[in-house]
Amino acid sequence: MPPALPPTNKSLPHPCPYPYSAMPLYGTALLAVCHLLGILLGELLGRALGVQANVGGVGIAMLLLMAARYHGHRRGWLEAKSEEGVHYWAALYIPVVIAMSMQQNVVKALSGGPMALAAAITAGAACAGCVSLINRREVVAPAETSAE
Amino acid sequence: MESLLQKLAVDNGLVLSFAVVGAVVLCSGYISRKLTVGRVQGSAIAILLGLALAYVGGRMTGGNKGLADVTYFGGLALMGGNMLRDFAIVATAFEVQPAEARRAGWVGALALFIGTLLPFVIGVSFAYAFGYRDAVSLTTIGAGTVTYIVGPVTGSAIGASSEVITLSIAVGVFKAILVMVTTPLLAKFMRLGTPRSAMVFGGLAGTVSGVSAGLAATDRKLVPYGALVATFHTGVGCLVVPSLFFFAVRALFPAHA
Repeated sequence: MPPALPPTNKSLPHPCPYPYSAMPLYGTALLAVCHLLGILLGELLGRALGVQANVGGVGIAMLLLMAARYHGHRRGWLEAKSEEGVHYWAALYIPVVIAMSMQQNVVKALSGGPMALAAAITAGAACAGCVSLINRREVVAPAETSAE
Repeated sequence: MESLLQKLAVDNGLVLSFAVVGAVVLCSGYISRKLTVGRVQGSAIAILLGLALAYVGGRMTGGNKGLADVTYFGGLALMGGNMLRDFAIVATAFEVQPAEARRAGWVGALALFIGTLLPFVIGVSFAYAFGYRDAVSLTTIGAGTVTYIVGPVTGSAIGASSEVITLSIAVGVFKAILVMVTTPLLAKFMRLGTPRSAMVFGGLAGTVSGVSAGLAATDRKLVPYGALVATFHTGVGCLVVPSLFFFAVRALFPAHA
């Protein structure tokens, strides 16, 4: 006897007959297409500019994915179930960055320790100053301020 | 027995690395809650732990790929490699809502612009002061000062050495932790209290984990607003730094050929 199947999502315009649908795959495939297109455009841009490098490929891919999502929501071809296929990879992003940190050449990099600290502290202080400067120009309505 | 385990680890490298990273995240979450009372976000501790493990791996093997050079952990090279890293970074673009973003208006864009340019200039200046003279290393360290994601993305795009990329991550991680720890302390000084102020903060402080953890420790309501602009930050950085900023730095510091 087969195990009890979870109910299908009735709100979808074309309910998938199978509870374990392939729809997250569409999201991941969309992500993959945007990724590849972005990297390709980055490579082409690099060649056009005469650089032996990928110029902003990841950034272009992000913009493509944002555009695809905006378009998909407006035209209705992008469904919540498909988006899961992207959200999973977005959630994996921190673990992937951690794995990346595990394979860095830390031994050699440690010779530059003080520089990293000094640059980070200066940048942090300068940015805090800018945040303060910009936010002091905002007119805050009394009702908007936090009650805590 | 040992050869059996080794075969298992080598044949299932990527799967093993998921388990290894999961264990590291679990440990860092525990450290985050118990030792720092949630002040330092788990992900930042996990990255520091990862760098520490990479140091141990590098010392053990003498290689230049950290823990991934240890036979058992070779799968980390795939999980943390360029392909999956860029794939996951692109996926985070989905978290940006264009409708919400438009509400940030020109202040958010201004903060984003200053928040990319200012840390970059400071990072490049410090790299120059500490003896780096080639445009690729200067740009990569400047990029790392923007965020620890822009650093490695820029570094591998323009062909920086592994040491410089690691250094750029170190700068970014230091900055992220600094933001997490000091945001609640500086909240009054920075006038953090409204969604708009949080967006300005997100644009200028940059690192997503730093911003979300810093804001969470300050005022829970402000987290999405700050993170919204901060997610743009990485995209803008990844787009602008390896292209425009790199060309500018290369024009200022031409190669001595």
